[in-house]
Amino acid sequence: MPTFWLVALLLALSAAGFYGGRRRAIATAAGNVKDLHSLPSYYGYHVSLAAFVPAIGALAIWLLAQPMFIETRVSGMIPAEAVPESSTIGLVMSDVRRVAEGLDLAVEQGLLTAREARNVADSGQDVRALMGEVGVALGDDVRPEVLNAAQAYRNLSNTGRTAMTVVVALLALGGFGWAYSRTHKDFRARNVVERAVLALLVLAASLAILTTIGIVLSMLFETKNFFGLHSWTDFFFGSTWAPNFRGGSELSILPLLWGTLYISFIALLVAVPVGLFAAIYLSEYASGAVRAFAKPLLEILAGIPTIVYGLFALLTVGPALANLFGKGGLLGVEWMAGATSVLTAGLVMGIMLIPFVSSLSDDIINAVPQAMRDGSLGLGATKSETVRQVVMPAALPGIVGAVLLAASRAIGETMIVVMGAGAIAKFSANPLESMTTITTRIVSQLTGDTDFASPETLVAFALGLTLFVLTLGLNVLALYIVRKYREQYE
Amino acid sequence: MTDLSQTPAAAAPRKHGGSLLEKSSRTRKRNAAETRFKAYGIAAITAGLIMLLVLVTTIVGKGTGAFQQTFVTLNVELLEAKLDKKGNRNIEDIKKVTTFGYAPIIKGAMETAIEELGIETGLKPKELAGILSKDVAAQLRDYVIANPDQIGQTVEFRFLASGRVDGYLKGRVTRDSIENDKNISAEQLDLVDALAAAGVLEKTFNLDFITGADASDARPEAAGIGVSMLGSLFMMLVVLALALPIGVAASIYLEEFAPQNWLTDLIEVNISNLAAVPSIVFGILGLAVFINYMHLPTSAPLVGGLVLTLMTLPTIIISTRASLKSVPPSIRDAALGVGASKMQAVFHHVLPLAAPGILTGTIIGLAQALGETAPLLLIGMVGFIASNAPETLSDGLLAPNSAMPAQIYEWAKRADPAFYERAWGGIIILLLFLVTMNTLAVILRRRFERRW
Repeated sequence: MPTFWLVALLLALSAAGFYGGRRRAIATAAGNVKDLHSLPSYYGYHVSLAAFVPAIGALAIWLLAQPMFIETRVSGMIPAEAVPESSTIGLVMSDVRRVAEGLDLAVEQGLLTAREARNVADSGQDVRALMGEVGVALGDDVRPEVLNAAQAYRNLSNTGRTAMTVVVALLALGGFGWAYSRTHKDFRARNVVERAVLALLVLAASLAILTTIGIVLSMLFETKNFFGLHSWTDFFFGSTWAPNFRGGSELSILPLLWGTLYISFIALLVAVPVGLFAAIYLSEYASGAVRAFAKPLLEILAGIPTIVYGLFALLTVGPALANLFGKGGLLGVEWMAGATSVLTAGLVMGIMLIPFVSSLSDDIINAVPQAMRDGSLGLGATKSETVRQVVMPAALPGIVGAVLLAASRAIGETMIVVMGAGAIAKFSANPLESMTTITTRIVSQLTGDTDFASPETLVAFALGLTLFVLTLGLNVLALYIVRKYREQYE
Repeated sequence: MTDLSQTPAAAAPRKHGGSLLEKSSRTRKRNAAETRFKAYGIAAITAGLIMLLVLVTTIVGKGTGAFQQTFVTLNVELLEAKLDKKGNRNIEDIKKVTTFGYAPIIKGAMETAIEELGIETGLKPKELAGILSKDVAAQLRDYVIANPDQIGQTVEFRFLASGRVDGYLKGRVTRDSIENDKNISAEQLDLVDALAAAGVLEKTFNLDFITGADASDARPEAAGIGVSMLGSLFMMLVVLALALPIGVAASIYLEEFAPQNWLTDLIEVNISNLAAVPSIVFGILGLAVFINYMHLPTSAPLVGGLVLTLMTLPTIIISTRASLKSVPPSIRDAALGVGASKMQAVFHHVLPLAAPGILTGTIIGLAQALGETAPLLLIGMVGFIASNAPETLSDGLLAPNSAMPAQIYEWAKRADPAFYERAWGGIIILLLFLVTMNTLAVILRRRFERRW
């Protein structure tokens, strides 16, 4: 992996820079450290940073930008008439990439020499069979335009990689030399280094923004592609979810949204009463010992990974419910066909959310000023009356916020519904039927072989974007409510 | 004051009648409501704790079986006529014998063992070998290739029993449940009983489950979690190497240097929102950016680590900021007062004092990342058999591998119930890791946390 070696080289260079810079600074002061403007190590950091930071930055940007650049160049080479009617430029480009990758693999495995790979079009070899040999499966025979584009793709990638190595190495050496030549006993190394470190800190902090932008852009881009292939009215207002990889799919979010909301509702039905009463008891009634014992134990439930809950739903709760409500079950009713159902997923998700609701509500109830309780108790109210009529109304906005946060968690939860809810998209009010959710469908559309030119795959991005907007909206609303409430008492 | 000194007799008659010693019906009602309310609270906590108890007992009850496995001890005569027809011990010739070539040897070994023990059975040799795992031939072949000089000798082997036999000994498979099972018959179970009574077949601790690789659908008895554990380890290395420095740097900026402006506000809002974004969305990001756009290899722990880094960053930033905030300003003032620059005050004084808190937050963040599954599904860490342990660092980062939670999910999806036991067992191991990490975090906090 050349990039790996390049990074190793940069690290070595910057280590050398540290010692070189330090030694030179001391040498210019004739060994008298007190004559230096800054501490000696700052001169070392200065050279080290100058050698490393611009080069690694260039490397990162190059790695990010090169695929995009090559993509636009190569897709510009494919004439519009070379794109078959049934497919899109995106599909052709994915073929191009695969052929290029296959040729590289063939060279790597010694099936072809580099020269043969370059002239594979003239040799009359069956390229598709060759691809098959190296394990790259192609849908149909390789057309000459695709092969040409693939060769251009390989050329550009190779040139790009060489250019990258040269540029990065030059930047590193240049930075090293420049900083080394500036090193002198009167050079204000500390100020320069501190400014550079501050810039790095800002960069690290901005990564949060970059991640958000990355999330939004990556989904927005593919969602746009999706709406180019599939009508948006069907997605938002249709009533059927029936993906069909041979085309003619009906991809509507509504049945999925129904399943998601139904399961979340059942989860909240379990989590909110239990969590709320647990919080009230812990903050208003429980002795210190009970609190110290019960609170951490309840919070263990929040630390258990969701895969554990998923397995619990799939293998324990689901079969138990089926034993109760299923065919030949204890209740003698035939309401449940299999182990997966809305109730299975909802119950287990409810268990997961109990500590979430209880610890958030606990904080909020504790934030209600003691004076309000004292006032109510002093007027002769019982403790429960105080809680219901004084503490709860005061804490209500915060608790609503907590419930909204829990709802956003429930909507975005994946493993429990993937394993416990089933895969059938439908509108039904029966909690014992299996239904499916947005997250489940994202997983099923994006696992296995994915083809980024078919609406059946791309719909997952539209679903993801909807999910993101939905949970983000709930979170913002919840945080707004919680903050607004807190201001009243602080 | 005069009012207070008046005798009770002079007071107006009580509205609800009766004396103070006798509770009125309204008071009783209010008291009952109080008791009920309290009972709801106790019931809620009990319900929560019972659910925890059920969860833990289910996991322990169903998972401990995975740590035990049924083995059959057999003396195998490594026939020269089958394994090395030319008799010249040429390793290339020996390698030409496929696992099919070993089947008769295994059948023969079973027949001999049964004869020696004097067990009466009407089973055909093929059915005799059926109680052994399908893995046995490969195990035997590996041994012969490693020790060609043993050909012609009789060697004692400890073979895995088949998944059904193992299930029978663990009570998962019963004589009723196998009626329509093609893989095992009642006569074979009779033989299993006889072999178990003779001590040839026994259930012992199974180290291979902890250290071994995953196995194909037909061989649940040979599946282990070791390789995916390595996958998780490499992912955690990536997360640690990226999330800790970036998280600490971001927190230092926001806590110590950031001016009050729109950019800072934007960053803060972003961090708190990212902490609440569903994990699957990070998976979509990873698929779109790292795999589809940057063409990093699918199923690679490096990609998993990058995705989990982005996911863990908000957690680490939030806890790091809290521990930076808890260092009192007097420390900074003292450092600035003796002539340190602001940067020096932070890096030389504040950061070391906040280090235990940062470490605790990082461990908790790592524990969270270790148990995360959903994003790993999207970047392709399921759906294949993670059978090769990586040998080098770059292999570990770039070669396709699974991760512990993804492996558990993979097992839970398979048809054979023998894999479910593995899944529960895998969860025990995963939870052991999480408990260890969280305990470590608690100990660190108790030990080094300073109250100022």
